[in-house]
Amino acid sequence: MRLMVEALSARRGEDLIFRDISFTLDGGQSMVLTGRNGSGKSTLLRAVSGLLRPESGRVIWHSEGTDADIRAAEACHYLGHRNAMKAELSVSENLGFWKSFIGDFPGGHGVSVGEAAEAVGLGDIAHLPFGYLSAGQQRRMAFAKLLVAWKPVWILDEPTAALDVSAESVFTALIKTHLSQGGIVLAATHQPLGLENARELKMTGFAGGTESMW
Amino acid sequence: MIALLLRDLKLSVRAGGGALIGVLFFTTVVAVIPFGVGPDLNLLSRIGPAIVWIGALLSALLGLDRMFQTDREDGSLDLILMQEHPLALTVLVKCLAHWLGNGLPLVIASPLLGLFMNMDEVAIGATMLTLLVGTPALTFIGAVGAAVAVALPRGGLLVSILVLPLAIPVLIFGVSASYAAVQDPAPFMPPFLILVAITMFFAVLGPLGAALALRNAGD
Repeated sequence: MRLMVEALSARRGEDLIFRDISFTLDGGQSMVLTGRNGSGKSTLLRAVSGLLRPESGRVIWHSEGTDADIRAAEACHYLGHRNAMKAELSVSENLGFWKSFIGDFPGGHGVSVGEAAEAVGLGDIAHLPFGYLSAGQQRRMAFAKLLVAWKPVWILDEPTAALDVSAESVFTALIKTHLSQGGIVLAATHQPLGLENARELKMTGFAGGTESMW
Repeated sequence: MIALLLRDLKLSVRAGGGALIGVLFFTTVVAVIPFGVGPDLNLLSRIGPAIVWIGALLSALLGLDRMFQTDREDGSLDLILMQEHPLALTVLVKCLAHWLGNGLPLVIASPLLGLFMNMDEVAIGATMLTLLVGTPALTFIGAVGAAVAVALPRGGLLVSILVLPLAIPVLIFGVSASYAAVQDPAPFMPPFLILVAITMFFAVLGPLGAALALRNAGD
């Protein structure tokens, strides 16, 4: 399994946010994007997820048993700033919908809805409407969405926003488990996630200052 | 895909869903017409099919702008765009769910409103049948408008303005088929079949156009 990003550049309006970013992540590897606000972390993640058309460059996914021309986005889970859960539906309805709609990528299986809610420590409130939960609980449940369907690449944008310390450690454990199963994690964060061996890409913002340091 | 259909149906009937609002608006619009026109029963039954159709058209426009916007606001749209399902098929399923939640209640409510307009049973039946066939076309056309305006914060009015001109053929053939059922010399089938053709045409074109618009709305 390999996620390759080749000479990616992206533009927001008139401004070139970053230019010629290249990296390769193999199974079990993770990379953390750091940098001040507005330096292009989210933009890079959206470009890798295929949600933003890059100015130049491309993202390539390669793994055994899949077509060579598969879109890289299909191998990715994207956890953005917004939780992608409906406040009117219960947590288990939300998770059940994403489990069947997203589906498993070849090479793995997602856990059941109940197990996923257990894994983020909220197994006993999965029957409540999502809108009743606190911001931190909502974030945890949004994270549980990554567990119900198997995708090798997790793209996480500020995954630990609104979370307490114990939830952060739960997340770190889940991310480590994912990596040990051969997954790939690409995360933008301000807080240290506590991952050993994680590579770091420092985003400096705006073209000209885009030397990337490892 | 079935999961998406069920989820959107649940959302349309739960709190904040548009299903009931559309029917209420439809009822209100048609119910005020007799007060405005006056108690001339012959006039009411003559304009009845047209009024019911216009009411249904306006109510169908009412909930269209929320079709993709709610999904965009909570981030679901990003995830939907990333999946391997063909986007046009996903949009088609969302259109079907939207029609079942918002369009079908209008069709079911139309016989009652036909009574308000002093229409006879043949006219009521014909209007209901043409609405059943014609309202899906409104949803498919509306999906394109909703997808174009998805990124705009106050896109609701814009969607209506974009969609209304395209919906006029649906209105013309829907109303003329309804009239043909009660007025003798005019044949019912030709306008009705054209209405069916319009619906099938937009069932193909609408999801494709909406998918294209959603792909390019990326930010």
